[in-house]
Amino acid sequence: MSIALTAQDISRAITRISHEILEKNTDSNAITILGIPTRGADLALRVANSIYEISALKIPVGALDVTLHRDDLRIRPPRPLMETSVPVEGVEGRTVILVDDVLFSGRTIRSALDALGEVGRPARVQLAVLVDRGHRELPIRADFVGKNIPTSLSQSVKVSLLERDGLDEVAITEAM
Amino acid sequence: MSSKIILKCVSIAGDSPVDIEITDQLITFIGKSTATDGTQMDCSGLVALPGFVDLHTHLREPGRENSETIATGSLAAARGGYVAVSAMANTLPVADTAAIVEQVQNIGSALGLVDVFPVGAVTKGLNGSELSDIGSMAASKARVRVFSDDGNCVSDPLVMRRALEYVKQFDGVIAQHAQEPRLTEKSQMNEGSVSATLGLKGWPAVAEESIIARDILLADMIGARLHICHVTTRGGVEIIRWAKARGMSVSAEVTPHHLLLTDESANTFDPIFKVNPPLRTEDDVEALRAALADGTIDIVATDHAPHPVEDKECEWESAAFGMVGLETAFSILYTTMVATGAMTWARLADVMSVAPARIGRYENHGQSLEVGSPAHITLVDPKGQVTVDRDELVSKSKNTPFHGMNFQGTVVATIFNGRFTHRVGE
Amino acid sequence: MRHLLSISDLSKDFALEILSTAHELSRISEGGTKKLPTLRGKTVVNLFAEDSTRTRISFEAAAKRLSADVINFSAKGSSVSKGESLKDTAQTLQALGADAVVLRHPASGAAHRLAQGRWISGTVINAGDGTHEHPSQALLDAFTIQRHLCDSKGDLAGLHIAIVGDILHSRVARSNVLLLKKLGAMVTLVAPPTLIPFAWESWGVNVSHDLDAVLPTIDAVIMLRIQKERMHDLYFPSSREYSSLFGINAERANLMKSHALVMHPGPMNRGLEITAEVADSSASVVVEQVANGVSVRMAILYLFIAGNQEG
Repeated sequence: MSIALTAQDISRAITRISHEILEKNTDSNAITILGIPTRGADLALRVANSIYEISALKIPVGALDVTLHRDDLRIRPPRPLMETSVPVEGVEGRTVILVDDVLFSGRTIRSALDALGEVGRPARVQLAVLVDRGHRELPIRADFVGKNIPTSLSQSVKVSLLERDGLDEVAITEAM
Repeated sequence: MSSKIILKCVSIAGDSPVDIEITDQLITFIGKSTATDGTQMDCSGLVALPGFVDLHTHLREPGRENSETIATGSLAAARGGYVAVSAMANTLPVADTAAIVEQVQNIGSALGLVDVFPVGAVTKGLNGSELSDIGSMAASKARVRVFSDDGNCVSDPLVMRRALEYVKQFDGVIAQHAQEPRLTEKSQMNEGSVSATLGLKGWPAVAEESIIARDILLADMIGARLHICHVTTRGGVEIIRWAKARGMSVSAEVTPHHLLLTDESANTFDPIFKVNPPLRTEDDVEALRAALADGTIDIVATDHAPHPVEDKECEWESAAFGMVGLETAFSILYTTMVATGAMTWARLADVMSVAPARIGRYENHGQSLEVGSPAHITLVDPKGQVTVDRDELVSKSKNTPFHGMNFQGTVVATIFNGRFTHRVGE
Repeated sequence: MRHLLSISDLSKDFALEILSTAHELSRISEGGTKKLPTLRGKTVVNLFAEDSTRTRISFEAAAKRLSADVINFSAKGSSVSKGESLKDTAQTLQALGADAVVLRHPASGAAHRLAQGRWISGTVINAGDGTHEHPSQALLDAFTIQRHLCDSKGDLAGLHIAIVGDILHSRVARSNVLLLKKLGAMVTLVAPPTLIPFAWESWGVNVSHDLDAVLPTIDAVIMLRIQKERMHDLYFPSSREYSSLFGINAERANLMKSHALVMHPGPMNRGLEITAEVADSSASVVVEQVANGVSVRMAILYLFIAGNQEG
């Protein structure tokens, strides 16, 4: 097992992503941040807080569960649903920033786009991820990346967050 | 040319092994045989019992030949060790006249596999209100002595009284299917905690017990013979025990399935377990076993009730009531009663042969195996093991609840009138 | 978990999972999402051999909101009067490629027979079999209670629920007793003795014949529909007497705690077991039960069917 990101790395990445979001979105479209549960939602909150610290802008933040839109439902037993909470400002005509912890095949994000489509019609959608580990199976790319970590398919990426797992860390392990 | 069979080294009802010689239709010698002619059978390890007599069998012919015929029923009986069966009257048409009972007997005797003794209906067409031609049936060639509306209860007390009085003239017996109809309308299974949970209409024990009590008192007052079919409850057993202690005349039967299965089996909703009277509780099973052992219950009777697949492959409420039983009766009895030590071989012979023959007045049957007795013999292997397979049953219908179950004690051969009607390995 | 035949098939955890899934689904649909792709390509057959518009529509709506294809097979009357038709009907459904059969049937145990018979390879969901069980009704009742009276993730420990009416013939009562107890609630059955099953003691419930004494102690009361025809089988002398002893009216409703819910699986006999006034009062959640039924049935369909391998 190796540590790809330490707590400090994660903190810096979030700060950098927050700056990049602000730089990229200078037009008048309001932003809504939606994290994909579970850790994507945790990170979304951190990003929103970080943006507030930098700019005093209060960006609405929420969570978007994608379980019901997954394309692998037939292959696995049904998973429990996570919480979806869309802030009152909604998504209509706004810039939605999806936040997830790890970008891998891209299928989760594809499901998220479908789930988002049921909620409303954003003006545009951007994607922020803490880690991009490669091996895309669909034409999906992130707009904001904490760190690019090339991995092999036999490895797994484990993201731990303080508020959920007791520490901040991204670790790479070999499969058994 | 006379036919001869020598059974070598067989234990008669559990005694030390001897040889039995059978010439034509009689037992002609018991001891150490020196005969060299005839068919010799090595019976080491086997036990010989008087041929089994079933006092309660449904052969379905005439009228329901899709379930069973007298021919297929006779084959099943022979395979189960039976040399005599009592064909219940709830056929189509109902056996309520001399002509029908003679016809049934003729078919049975032409086949020559078992003695088929027709049971006469108590009431015309089983209508419960008018007596059938009881006297004519008794006087017919079939010499009917057992009368029963089984399937139905003779519930009208006045009709039961008259029937009991009437059969006295020829030493007949009324075999009652005890079921108070008003308490059991559309009932599906025993009324108890299982029926409450499953939402199936209950068949309360009291519906059986109240008729047993009533009829025992009637029979006692009249001085007639009463036989209670398929007793299933502790309460019923206690009433019969009370009656016998007072010297009242009553005989009672229990089925093999009521000695083993309970209403818990209905939890599967599989109607293979649907039967009338229904399977009851563990406590009832215990009481029935004790009663069979101590003589409160006189006999085992199969209530062999064949039904075609479509009548059991459906939901419980639409399914027919009944189980086949001729081919599994001995194994169940041996496993539950003899192997456990509750019953001796002598008692088993009594409940499976001697007592049923006596109640039915079948003079040629139920005799102990002695020189001069008719050669009706059932050979069993107390160490034999069997896993019941419904597809191996020779009965036309395969509705057995015992499929896949293991039992100890098997019927190896049946001799009827001095000839093998069943022999394993043939 | 292959089939949903009886509440006793569910562990407590799985029952709570069904409820929390329903909770999430109802929030999604309140949020405006009308359709989810989750069961796209799956075929759900509603095999209703007994009249029931409301349950069938509820299952149909649930299946359609998950993008499943729905086929309604109404086989009531003489064609499904004998069980041989259950087998024949089932084999027809198999030929149609049903991923799931939602079965309502007048015979207790029909769903079990369909599941055991192995005539179909799909999932069997019991939508009410005779007087035996109605699992989705119990789940939506528990869901309704949970929404009003406790934390949405939690069980029903500490709550006291009464079920009033023809318990003997009620599949709703049987499923509710099993589920409410599984979730930790205390249950009291209220009915005349003729309508309480013999051997109720094995159910672990209380039994009372005094509705007025029970109402002040409960957090929710489930009123069951009473069929007037039962009078002819001597279960009670008259509808009037039944109403006066066991019906809920405004006076009785006032005996209840202020937070207590009045529930009814429907259809209601207004004026018999429940007065119009109580049915339409603020304590009554009858209309909400119907809406909750769709979310709960969506949860059931999702959890039981979504993971099934294709044919």
